[in-house]
Amino acid sequence: MSGAGLDPRTAPKFQVAARVLVGDSQMRKNVRHATKVIQTKRAKVVAEMPDWQKLREAGKAIRQHTMRHLDFYLEQFERNCTAAGGVVHWARNAEEARQIVIGLVKASGAMGESPTEVIKIKSMTTEEIQLNKALEEAGVHAYETDLAELIIQLGHDQPSHIVVPALHKNRAQIREIFMREMNLPNLGGTPQDLADAARRFLREKFLRVKTAVSGANFLVAETGSVCIVESEGNGRMCLTLPETLISVAGIDKVVPRYQDLEVLLQLLPRSATGERMNPYNSLWTGVDPAEKGGDGPRTFHVVLMDNARSEILADEEARQTLHCIRCGACQNACPVYQQTGGHAYGSVYAGPIGAILTPQLMEMHHAQSLPYASSLCGACYEVCPVKINIPEVLIHLRNKVVKQQSSGFHILANPEVMALKAVAQVFRSDKVFRVSQKLGRLAELPLSHKDGQGVGWIDWLPGMLGGWTQVRDLRVMPKQTFRQWFEEREKNKQGGK
Amino acid sequence: MGVELIAVGAREDVLRKIRTSIGAPAVSSPAIEAEWNALPREYNRVGSLSREAVLEMLDERLRDYDASVIRIQSGAVAETIAKQLTERGKHRLVIPQGLAEALGEALPTGFEFVVDEGLSTTELDSFEGVVTASTVAIAETGTIVLQNVAGEGRRAPTLVPDYHLCIVRASDVVENVPEAMARLAATASLATTFVSGPSATADIEMTRIKGVHGPRFLDVILVT
Repeated sequence: MSGAGLDPRTAPKFQVAARVLVGDSQMRKNVRHATKVIQTKRAKVVAEMPDWQKLREAGKAIRQHTMRHLDFYLEQFERNCTAAGGVVHWARNAEEARQIVIGLVKASGAMGESPTEVIKIKSMTTEEIQLNKALEEAGVHAYETDLAELIIQLGHDQPSHIVVPALHKNRAQIREIFMREMNLPNLGGTPQDLADAARRFLREKFLRVKTAVSGANFLVAETGSVCIVESEGNGRMCLTLPETLISVAGIDKVVPRYQDLEVLLQLLPRSATGERMNPYNSLWTGVDPAEKGGDGPRTFHVVLMDNARSEILADEEARQTLHCIRCGACQNACPVYQQTGGHAYGSVYAGPIGAILTPQLMEMHHAQSLPYASSLCGACYEVCPVKINIPEVLIHLRNKVVKQQSSGFHILANPEVMALKAVAQVFRSDKVFRVSQKLGRLAELPLSHKDGQGVGWIDWLPGMLGGWTQVRDLRVMPKQTFRQWFEEREKNKQGGK
Repeated sequence: MGVELIAVGAREDVLRKIRTSIGAPAVSSPAIEAEWNALPREYNRVGSLSREAVLEMLDERLRDYDASVIRIQSGAVAETIAKQLTERGKHRLVIPQGLAEALGEALPTGFEFVVDEGLSTTELDSFEGVVTASTVAIAETGTIVLQNVAGEGRRAPTLVPDYHLCIVRASDVVENVPEAMARLAATASLATTFVSGPSATADIEMTRIKGVHGPRFLDVILVT
């Protein structure tokens, strides 16, 4: 990723961004195609597993257990990783994490030379903290080595999906980017041609650049090992060939024991890319001393980053957000994401998981529109490999947003809240309620018209109310309310006696 | 060096915040262990297929991910390696230390096998391929697991050259992932790579393309 990243602090409201993006028919076509293909593949390999639901149960239980004892497992990981020759750093927030990484990169050169280049594995955590931009400002260029991330970086674009960040681009668009940025006027147009171009472009970097930056899929507390799953081999290149490796991981990435991987390594690939297993998983523990053969980097750093995660932990109902293993299945399954693509979410975490994770990472100060970016259909919950009840968390966060916006000065800036408060007043008194019903019937008169069956309809409302009638017609109020009918009936009964 | 000074006290702050957020009183490590032991694990931890069906499944799933599979009886390893390398037109190959011992047979003649004793990345790039043994193979996922042991060696030699010929013993083949992890647990801290087919990507329009950065060709000799 290059340039200014997707920043929830400055991004427009989801509803505003989405309105613009749904007009991009090429993007929508690309996203629809990609999400459909992954969903079909996922469904096929999930159906192969008779114990899938039991794996999900186990995955959920492992993640729940980990969060309950997160301090214990982080300290255990730190101890074991350090004992194996790794260096563990802690960062309270994104800024600290960026500064630590920049410091480590600068110190990683041989004979006091400060490197000006690093190679990078696709990592959502480093996207979250906009690390590339910070490195660039510190005079270090980061080469993204994942094919999709390379497309994003060379296209000066932003990632739109957790697993397949460039799924909003088709082959013709990618070819154009590669022809321009790699200076290849005769590049062919098949996916194979494009992948070959990426291989040639990056090969030289893999063999030359001596410092690598990665994220992490799992940190194993029991052994101090780190696990990264990938497809292309670019990950292995970055993890194996450089002299120095710096892995940035959210504190939520820890798992208790090696054995727990038997669950997560079944859930993740099938959910993420619809493969029984992704082509490569790497697991390593600290550094391998030279006398034993010298496998991999000489120096290995892990940066454990909080960045609001401990805050999320405090909210018992929303804590399950941290169970996420970043498979992206909820994005592919989401009818909203399928229409808008990822950029509308204004965050590197798009789709249903982004709608609950992003506002919480912002400690509810930004991205408050995201919990509303959902129809609450529940498709995300159904495919989540660790059973995060995303709809439940969405509603919980909507509740938080409403509370926030209906307190203090916020109320003055929010006509909807003002209107609802007024309605609440009306509902409190029978007399006021009856009067307002009468007034309503009078007020709607000039707006209503009758259809062929003699039913009254309103198809236009003025001002702010117009949003409602833009996509639907409104029935006029009935001539008589139930109460009026009931009271009249009682009166007639008594009269008849 | 300044790196340690950037986030002074961050460790304590983060851990303190976590403890406050969790809210519960600190639990002893045996209590946490007991809780972990009680986690539900009702998924299949042991396979149910016959030996032959497991080998069949590995064969099928490796092929499904574009690897070639040659099934042979023990004693024919060297000649099969020779046949396969000739077919592929590979002559100069890097091998890990202790490969012949791991295979139980001497390597075939007529090829240049260079033992990796810490070859540089550039040197590795000059080889036509790599030949290794393997620790475990998982039938259900079509996966071969390599560790940094004799016969398999460092991670770089199985990554940089474009061709990987891997020898799998039938006795090392398990049916599912939990069975594999159980076998690997004792050597969990060794550098470990799970390989499922050749390097691949589906980043462009979700079309699976074989071969990006890792070896583009993977041949497996399955020895019964």
